[in-house]
Amino acid sequence: MNGNDPMTGVERIRSAIAKRQGDATAAFMPYFPSGFPSRSESVSMLRSMADAGADLFEIGFPFSDPLADGPTIQAATHRALLNGMTTRDCLDIAQELREAGITQPFCAMSYYNPIFNYGTDRFVEDAAQAGFDGFIIPDLPPDEGEEMEEACREAGLALVYLLAPSSSRERIELVTSRSTGFVYLVSVLGTTGARASLPDYLTDLVAQVRADTDTPVCVGFGVSNGVQAAQVATIADGVIVGSALVKAAEGPNGTDAVKSLARELARGAHGH
Amino acid sequence: MVDSMQAIFSADDYGVHYPDSRGKFGPYGGKYVPETLIPALEELEEIHATAMQDAGFQDELNSLLETYVGRPTPLTHARRLTEHFGGPEIYLKREDLAHTGAHKINNALGQALMVKRILGKNRVVAETGAGQHGVAVATVCALLDMECVVYMGSVDMARQAPNVFRMRLLGADVREVSSGSQTLKDAINEAIRDWVTNVPDTHYLLGSALGPHPFPVMVRNLQSVIGREARRQMLDPSVGPGQLPDVVVACVGGGSNAIGMFYPFVMDPGVRLLGVEAGGRGIESQKHAARFADPKMGRLGVLHGTRSYVLQDEDGQIALTHSISAGLDYASVGPEHALLRDRERAEYFYCTDEQALAGFELLCRQEGIIPALESAHAVGWLPELMSDVSSDDVVLVSLSGRGDKDLDTVMAELAPGA
Repeated sequence: MNGNDPMTGVERIRSAIAKRQGDATAAFMPYFPSGFPSRSESVSMLRSMADAGADLFEIGFPFSDPLADGPTIQAATHRALLNGMTTRDCLDIAQELREAGITQPFCAMSYYNPIFNYGTDRFVEDAAQAGFDGFIIPDLPPDEGEEMEEACREAGLALVYLLAPSSSRERIELVTSRSTGFVYLVSVLGTTGARASLPDYLTDLVAQVRADTDTPVCVGFGVSNGVQAAQVATIADGVIVGSALVKAAEGPNGTDAVKSLARELARGAHGH
Repeated sequence: MVDSMQAIFSADDYGVHYPDSRGKFGPYGGKYVPETLIPALEELEEIHATAMQDAGFQDELNSLLETYVGRPTPLTHARRLTEHFGGPEIYLKREDLAHTGAHKINNALGQALMVKRILGKNRVVAETGAGQHGVAVATVCALLDMECVVYMGSVDMARQAPNVFRMRLLGADVREVSSGSQTLKDAINEAIRDWVTNVPDTHYLLGSALGPHPFPVMVRNLQSVIGREARRQMLDPSVGPGQLPDVVVACVGGGSNAIGMFYPFVMDPGVRLLGVEAGGRGIESQKHAARFADPKMGRLGVLHGTRSYVLQDEDGQIALTHSISAGLDYASVGPEHALLRDRERAEYFYCTDEQALAGFELLCRQEGIIPALESAHAVGWLPELMSDVSSDDVVLVSLSGRGDKDLDTVMAELAPGA
């Protein structure tokens, strides 16, 4: 929880997205893996993105078998594991950011096994304590999500489910009715990773999902620059960017590069 | 004649029907996958159900199993092995004599035929550890004129070089996976990533009774031809002993040959079902793939879409496994095995690398059969089993594959420097 903030995690996420809602604007949500390139650098990079206009954060927890991720994020989270990052360390990073005065909502992006291993209830409690507002779990569809949903409901935290271009009408209805905070729309078939252009069908796909729900729709996978962020902002409520930021972080002046790309992405998303 | 697939659906499988409609085997199984794949899994569930009921499909599959795979595979009375132990009569179910040299072809052929005939998909991706599944898939793709991509870890490519060459001869695109432990689990990750990207025209031909629903049940159904034939052969006095076995032994990696062998015997309460996992260099060494035998690392978890026992560290990261046998070198085990174990319907033991090598040599010398190192784990357990059975018992061993592919590995172990 954020100090004495009476809002729940779900409400904080909804409110952060609502602030940016508009015809050509959307919330900007960077993904960044905790513990990459090092523990301390990941903290400073997350802080720099908070200054650069991020509205919410997706903080990555490393996993040995990240099957929804492309090569960029695979390599980064592998590095985080080599750096010794544990689930507890990732929770501590969030806490440090809160203590440093970062107020944007945090979603933990983790595969399910480390959460299940930690204990679903205990994980949600500890994550809430550390300052998280919600969870994105790429290998936990609603079909398997009951236990996690229950824990999140009690803690007032969001459990964000995903949709994809392959999703049927029935799946769209199921996911929009169960997802809390927002719906994460994966823009392409495939794994995470920067792509040169956005798919043509994206506008229709977003419209199809939005027709079904009042829950905000955020688009991720494949967005890598300010122009694309601006394009997504005209159709969706949020823009999620991961791999491009991780790539920026890999260079010699990683923190500066991340900050400047985050600024560009935020401008795009915010319609400047 | 190949035994009909229909029979297993009329069987009231162990009291309650497993898996349930959500793909659960009690607390195990399920569908822990990215949303992108859900429609493909739903579609697969449908075509699996359709195929099982479709007489035309069954006829075509059975005809290919007979005329192409060479089924039924023989049941061999291992007379010298029996004499060697001086105990129970030992019979071998000879999956090593199936086309391509292992049981893997039963599943590869069934799945490929389903997706080609019913879905019209023409591209197949697969993972392989020992290379036996990869070879089976490459073979079936050549037969059915389908595009074939096989993912294989670098470590496995090195230790199973002949199979890599075989797959390429058969027209498969073999792609090296150098991430993570560079073995089977990483090959599965990569195959799933390919599937997520190309799902509209691509089928993921998973090679074992694991992964998300409906794979565990589909693979079990396709592999249970092993147990149906073996059961009939055992009961037929002109082929076998004219009685059910008292004990059935099979090696367990992901668990497809074992579940295929066990399943038709599950309703025979007098038949003990024994699975043998890969004990590697021993449980204490932490270099093994014995999910059920290691209470510290082997815990309930979720890997590759299914909930089962998973070797993992304290933080839920998947452990690096070790086995001399590439096909058993995997961190998780098919969910139905976890259920059979809970219900005390099957028992699970493990064989170390050393015991498996001893089993390998024993079968070569006593029966003139070079077994796959996977199958050598089932043979390697026999010395331990002898203290646990009476001399008038009958033991059936699933000989899941032949060992030509393992000669380099065995040479390095048995005659270093030679």
